[in-house]
Amino acid sequence: MIDRRHLLALSAAAPLLGLNRAARAQSASPWTEILARARGQTVYWNAWAGDEQTNDFITWVGGQTKARHGVAIQHVRLKDTAEAVTKVIAEKAAGRLAGGGVDLIWINGPNFLAMKAQGLLHGPVLPVLPNAGLVDTTNKRSNVVDFTTPVDGMAVPWRLAQLVFVYESARLRPADVPRSAEALLVWARRNPGRLTHPNVANFMGSTFLKQALIDLSPDPDLFQRPATDAGFDTATAPLWNWYDQLRPLLWRQGRQFPENAAAQRQLLNDGEIDITLSFSPTEAAVAAQAGLLPESVRSFTFAKGSIGNTSFVAIPFNAAHKEGALVVADFLLEPATQARAQDIRHLGSINVLDAGKLSPEQSRLFEVLPGHPALPAPAELGAIQLEPHASWMTRIATEWSRRTAR
Amino acid sequence: MTARALAHTLLRLSPGLTLVVFLAPIVAGLVGTILPAFGFLPALGGDSLSLDPWRRLFETPGFAAALTLTLTTGWSATLVSMLVAIGMAAALHHRPVARRLGAWIAPALAMPHSALAIGMAFLILPSGWLARALSPWLTGWSRPPDFSTVGHESGWPIVLALALKEVPYLMLMTLGALNQIPAAAQLRAARALGYGPSQAWLAVVLPQVLAQIRLPAMAVLAFSLSVVDVAMILGPGNPPTLAVLVVRWLGDPDPRLLFPAAAAATLLLALVIASLAAWRAVEAVAQATLGRWATRGARQPAIGHAADIAAGAGITLLALTAASMLSLALWSVATRWRWSDAWPEGFTSATWMRQADSLAGPAATTLALGLAATLIALALVLACLEREAQGREGKPSRSLALLYLPLLVPQVAFLFGLQILLVRFGIDGSFGAVLWTHLVFAIPYLFLSLADPWRSYDDRYSRSALSLGASRWRVFWRIKLPILLPPVLIAAAVAFAVSAGLYLPTLLAGAGRIATLTTEAVTLSSGADRRVIGTWAMLQAAFPLAAYGAAVAWPALFRRLRRW
Amino acid sequence: MVMSTLHLQQIAITIGGRHLIHDLSAKIAPGDCLTVMGPSGCGKSSLLAFVSGTLDPAFAAKGSVALDDRVLDAEPPERRRLGILFQDDLLFPHLTVGGNLAFALPASVQGRAARRRRIEAALCDAGLEDFADRDPATLSGGQRARVALLRTLLAEPEALLLDEPFAKLDMALREEFRRLVFAHARMRGLPTILVTHDEADARAAGGSVLKLATI
Repeated sequence: MIDRRHLLALSAAAPLLGLNRAARAQSASPWTEILARARGQTVYWNAWAGDEQTNDFITWVGGQTKARHGVAIQHVRLKDTAEAVTKVIAEKAAGRLAGGGVDLIWINGPNFLAMKAQGLLHGPVLPVLPNAGLVDTTNKRSNVVDFTTPVDGMAVPWRLAQLVFVYESARLRPADVPRSAEALLVWARRNPGRLTHPNVANFMGSTFLKQALIDLSPDPDLFQRPATDAGFDTATAPLWNWYDQLRPLLWRQGRQFPENAAAQRQLLNDGEIDITLSFSPTEAAVAAQAGLLPESVRSFTFAKGSIGNTSFVAIPFNAAHKEGALVVADFLLEPATQARAQDIRHLGSINVLDAGKLSPEQSRLFEVLPGHPALPAPAELGAIQLEPHASWMTRIATEWSRRTAR
Repeated sequence: MTARALAHTLLRLSPGLTLVVFLAPIVAGLVGTILPAFGFLPALGGDSLSLDPWRRLFETPGFAAALTLTLTTGWSATLVSMLVAIGMAAALHHRPVARRLGAWIAPALAMPHSALAIGMAFLILPSGWLARALSPWLTGWSRPPDFSTVGHESGWPIVLALALKEVPYLMLMTLGALNQIPAAAQLRAARALGYGPSQAWLAVVLPQVLAQIRLPAMAVLAFSLSVVDVAMILGPGNPPTLAVLVVRWLGDPDPRLLFPAAAAATLLLALVIASLAAWRAVEAVAQATLGRWATRGARQPAIGHAADIAAGAGITLLALTAASMLSLALWSVATRWRWSDAWPEGFTSATWMRQADSLAGPAATTLALGLAATLIALALVLACLEREAQGREGKPSRSLALLYLPLLVPQVAFLFGLQILLVRFGIDGSFGAVLWTHLVFAIPYLFLSLADPWRSYDDRYSRSALSLGASRWRVFWRIKLPILLPPVLIAAAVAFAVSAGLYLPTLLAGAGRIATLTTEAVTLSSGADRRVIGTWAMLQAAFPLAAYGAAVAWPALFRRLRRW
Repeated sequence: MVMSTLHLQQIAITIGGRHLIHDLSAKIAPGDCLTVMGPSGCGKSSLLAFVSGTLDPAFAAKGSVALDDRVLDAEPPERRRLGILFQDDLLFPHLTVGGNLAFALPASVQGRAARRRRIEAALCDAGLEDFADRDPATLSGGQRARVALLRTLLAEPEALLLDEPFAKLDMALREEFRRLVFAHARMRGLPTILVTHDEADARAAGGSVLKLATI
């Protein structure tokens, strides 16, 4: 028997299932079941909280899911995503196999690999979601391969990141922009102390080195396979040669590094440096509008392209509110949600959807988004380069801290 | 059993109860830290004892530098704070300003460490407020200079920020200790013997005060060696201090790092124990030196100048505290604030408006935790002190000294093991678990600030009231408590400020799910919009400031009303 | 030994517009004693505080204090060379008896052994042989009073101010200690001001008596 609550859930789900006819036909019963069970749940979304735009976006998502599906979101503000992973590990160690405290994690890279490899994730979750069919799995390869780890539907993509350099055009003329690792070194020689990168223990810091590694290497495909002891030294020799020359030219003579990209952006805003880096091609525009960077900032990538990756949400195996978490994950894939996420007035992160799979109305959601002088055109961004295998990053980080520790 | 009899029973049991409830977890937490340090943590496959965690710790790049950094910052902060506090007392005690000193240092005491560190960071950065105010007209810097302040390898900003907090604290403790001795009369005697006011204070009063502020000084030393939030905000990152290293490893996705983290936490515990022992030695040497100096009979007017310099340093620290607060306030209402502008471009309430929703929840949690911790701690401490006063003719109870243990043990050393314990009992991340770790710290600070006034209460007031036929309860509520109300309120404000400022206990026991203004402000300090950080840190500081304000204003208001 | 005369000239002390002392002048010759008597609150202790330079700023005071030609008014208390004995002995509890005396002994007596000899000699004169290493807390009231006197005298003051130093001693001790104090004051030719409300003190002092009344 269908009670009143189920009916309500059904009617609420209808616009969500919307135009994805196939999904509506086949999954009406399991998904409505999920929607019904989700109602009234509070999802503890563990997400890095160092970015206010994202925090505001999460708050907005919570308002939407609450209104539409009765699913509230409690944003657990993390200083580092690993805090949530540790929490789940601690729960498993203590034998708490259900009713866990983490429902949803903003995750990718080593954190995702660790959780997937140790069986700490619930899923596959992606096939369950009505909006799964809209995800771009061909051109945006990072949606299905996360740092060479196959995602296998264990996590749901929600925002795409591509490395861009952001610079102050009032101090660095657009014509002088260094569009390769070699050119960056030349520029740094002329402008000592005006460049830095985040601490390599931080993801953005290691990405800076990985980007240089790929740019300097004759054979970037090598990095899709796990690193070996012998192979690592040979393959990274050009990188360390380059970095040993660059480091003394960095801000604070390369003896001190900003903790993360946000801290580095602050340095650019304070006038301490001229170039920062971001994983969001829209960040310069977003930050300029928010008063976090001068209006004169612009973006560039290396001529050969730059590394891209996808941010996912994943659900721990012991999550107390799995259904609510699924509802939130599906809502994140909504074209309207994705368009809002790409809007530089809100989040400004590139969508994860396949433009070819969108209806004309859905496509229009993206066409009407506002522009900005600091916003690069899609063509300017260049090719997306795949993230190297995680073992490269681990080894690079270890080697870097060995070389720089006092 | 009547309610009154029950209350009496509770009162009798209170010291033991307080000790068991709050010491057992510390001991259990320490065990839970030390065992993994020697490889024992079955949940993660560590089922036999080994020295492997230690080997991994020692092999960590920069381990030696982290160790040195920990010891130099911890000891420097303590010694600098002691010298400045002592110098201020020696230089100012005979001047009229001494009477207002308490009011000056109260706001500095109320500021949470992390809010102060965040404010100070903006002040002293090469692109910070000081540099902006003086550039380019004085410094000639058209761009921020490329030298290091925040994050400097030596860790001096950690020492400075700790001194900003600990000088006022040690001053307050010194002022409290002065009430226990006939300092004014002794100083008159020493001056009549030909000694200047500063030398008289140092030779005659200080030796008596030193022993009395031993515990606060040791608490400062233990805290400075193991502080996490300040070192995270102002210290170097590569390597950081040991305490930060532990927290960083605890947060790493690789669970095997828990073992070297436990070893580092255990090492920190050993360092603190050794440092506390060394402090006794330092104190003994200082006493012997002061004694020899006093009996040489040399009248040295120059001592006054030295003390004046220390007092100048202390006043500079207070000014820095005020400037740090102001910088937070300015950022929270700034539109934009670009390099070399001495002031923001414009002012707006937009940041506050935008943050209001996010601020509300953690603010309410901070308030609820602070009030609950303060009330429970107050009830327990009053019960303990009353029990002490009614038994054994008011002799200070030795076992109650154990209450200070949480102040002398590094927080990471027992919170680490405690977290595993909390998860096992399934109460991690609950309000109760966080409240309880807050009590572990609120109780000793409350006890520390209330014990002396309570013990120096003139019991003849109570006895004369009893002789007039009033019951013990009535005497407590109508005579003793009202007489001691000012120190009780101050002690409550101290407990509230402690609770509101706790970072690591909230983070670990709250499992990231209990968000207070402090945990959020520290999280944001890693790189968020300064205007947003400004709102969080401002509000974070506002609560304890309001608590102090109320504690000071209430009795004054009461007195004024009565006068009319 | 330098012997000086203590001059008090036209001293007036008021608090909140109330006159405590009005136009007091006195000349106290070496070895003489001026006794100031009066009930509590009459201003006799304020007079001593004014002379010694420790008067609370809440009081307003006029007048001048001089030792012979040396005017003390601008001097801080520690430079006036006025020895004071208080109602309490105020021995410093963290120093031994010898330590308390060494604190007072001028640095001009150099060398540990020489200082020690001076102190032991002084203790011996006062009938306190072998007391140098004692903790003041182990002394009787009479012994403590004598050590306080020794401490004051070892600092080589040029005048002596006595702020009811006998009030807290019991009868038998009081008699004996009074004799000792005045004997030392006369022997050293110290002009002395005694503040008291005990007639017997005044008789023992032997000098002129000034009676203050509450106004």
